[in-house]
Amino acid sequence: MPLLDVKNLHTEFRTGVGVVHAVDGISYTVEPGETVAIVGESGSGKSVGALSLLRLIPDPPGRITGGEVWFGGRNLLRLSDAEMREVRGGEIGMVFQEPMTSLNPVLTIGRQITETLERHRGADRAECERRAAELLGLVGIADAPRRLKQYPHHLSGGMRQRVMIAIALACDPKLIIADEPTTALDVTIQAQILELMQRLTRQLGVALIIITHNLGVVARYADRVNVMYAGRIVESGRAAAIYHEPRHPYTMALLRSVPRLDRPRQARLDPIEGQPPDLTRLDDGCAFRSRCRFAVERCASSRPPLATVSADGQRAACWRSDALASAGRAA
Amino acid sequence: MYRYLVNRILLVFPTLFGAAALVFALMRLIPGDVCLVRLGSGGTSFSEQALQACHAELGIDRPWLVQFGQFLWGMLHFDFGISMWSGKPVVDEIASRFPISLEVALIATAIAVVLAIPLGTISALKQNTWIDLLVRTVSIAGIATPSFWIGIMAILIVLDLTQWIGGHPWMPPIDYVSLWKDPIRNLSIVALPALTVGYRYSAVSMRMTRSAMLEVLREDYIRTARAKGLLEKIIINRHALKNALLPVITVVGLEFAFLIGGLVVTEQVFNLNGIGRLMVLSVQNQDYTLTQALVMVVVTIAILANLVVDLLYAWLDPRIRLK
Repeated sequence: MPLLDVKNLHTEFRTGVGVVHAVDGISYTVEPGETVAIVGESGSGKSVGALSLLRLIPDPPGRITGGEVWFGGRNLLRLSDAEMREVRGGEIGMVFQEPMTSLNPVLTIGRQITETLERHRGADRAECERRAAELLGLVGIADAPRRLKQYPHHLSGGMRQRVMIAIALACDPKLIIADEPTTALDVTIQAQILELMQRLTRQLGVALIIITHNLGVVARYADRVNVMYAGRIVESGRAAAIYHEPRHPYTMALLRSVPRLDRPRQARLDPIEGQPPDLTRLDDGCAFRSRCRFAVERCASSRPPLATVSADGQRAACWRSDALASAGRAA
Repeated sequence: MYRYLVNRILLVFPTLFGAAALVFALMRLIPGDVCLVRLGSGGTSFSEQALQACHAELGIDRPWLVQFGQFLWGMLHFDFGISMWSGKPVVDEIASRFPISLEVALIATAIAVVLAIPLGTISALKQNTWIDLLVRTVSIAGIATPSFWIGIMAILIVLDLTQWIGGHPWMPPIDYVSLWKDPIRNLSIVALPALTVGYRYSAVSMRMTRSAMLEVLREDYIRTARAKGLLEKIIINRHALKNALLPVITVVGLEFAFLIGGLVVTEQVFNLNGIGRLMVLSVQNQDYTLTQALVMVVVTIAILANLVVDLLYAWLDPRIRLK
């Protein structure tokens, strides 16, 4: 049984110009201890989808309008607010994108770690502080007793993100959701943080959902990948398979738009032309067709379902995924 | 932290000096002087000699620089001289009025803070619901209505209410007694003006609390706190309020300084002998010594209030402590 089973999740935002279908029926699973990446460009709904799992979407304007999120035998969308608070920070930890603003500037590092422990473990102060120091050690912050008394502004961005990871790990969760955990960091620090997350989640047997727009991250750290476009999953499968043999034109275009060291330096990048679609007025066709160089008439009239395209479970939502298999190899 | 404190305190002296120079010069730029007011007030004519004698008696015939020097030197050992109008020591004139102004200001501040912070917080949390609308309506009314009108209404309501309940109207006593001598009588004098002023004051601070709170609630660290599964109560009190209070404290500090010398109309309506009325009177009489001393008192209070605000800032926000 998977650890997390998301079924047909829908999240909408009511705005002045209409209803934005930010997440429009996504389904995926996460096995215990597994790392799953969710990839997509800005506005593809990947962050909203992740925040929806913990019901952290600000309402209004946002609302989860349908679907199920099964975790530990319970549908998280049906829990009471009190039960949901037990899950948040207890069974599921969260790491956010902006380490600079995600920690409270007026509380000490120590307090921000111990309050999670107090909340979920009910442990006494001394016990919490001992555990907080241990957690800082675990995420590679030396001199824990001194650091615990410091405030976020004393720490660099990378250090703060380590603190966020410590908070997420504090109560031995089964799953951590990391929403673009390294996007705001220096490139050199990015690798450190990702290595740390990979090492700790493996060591502690925690499953990880990593939300990113960086395909390099996917290739290196994820077991499986879900590619999102316009609020839907357009391709999913094992990371290596998708990286080497994409079966959806969007995934393919994403891969081509990233600079790679294994290609000649003179090779020009191939950006994806056009703009992502307006999420307030999606029609019955494929949302990617206006930017797709493989589009055919059928793409405008009906939306392709996410269908299995290979023996190892790779799935793609494209009428022409078979044609792409050969095209991908040629590229 | 220590250096921050010392810097703040050292800055008090140039500020006081600047205020002293300003009030000294401004008073003397007003046409006429206290002797003209004194001698001519009855509409009678007076001789040039009498005027000169008066000038000499009060020492305002001496060069400005000398007078300014005397003013500063006097201030250094808390000697503000005698009132040019009444002839009584300035210190006595102020001492008899200061307690009532301070009392009204303190009680009004307490009322404002006690009302503003919870109401502003609730208003922000329940944004655009009927509670928010009600709180905002009451507060905008408090800002828009002149305080003398609220004061008059308050007196009338008390009169009517006591008439209706007890059979005969009751009015707060007029002659001031100190809080220590007769607390009940004292409070019954001060309560209405303090409430009147406190209402407007709380309206201003409440709007500040609400907008600061709305801003803080959108911060990433509030989302982090939610993701930790913390109780809403703790998220508001520990995470949001401590950040949202910073701008509120600034408003409260500024308002407090204003209350000490600025309640001219309210003091008039409630017939209180406070600093505000004394100041207007002393400027009308061109009583240089008294006006100068009063301005220095108000400026000192304003500086102290700002100092307290800065200290609270440093206490609430560790980022300021560092600088």
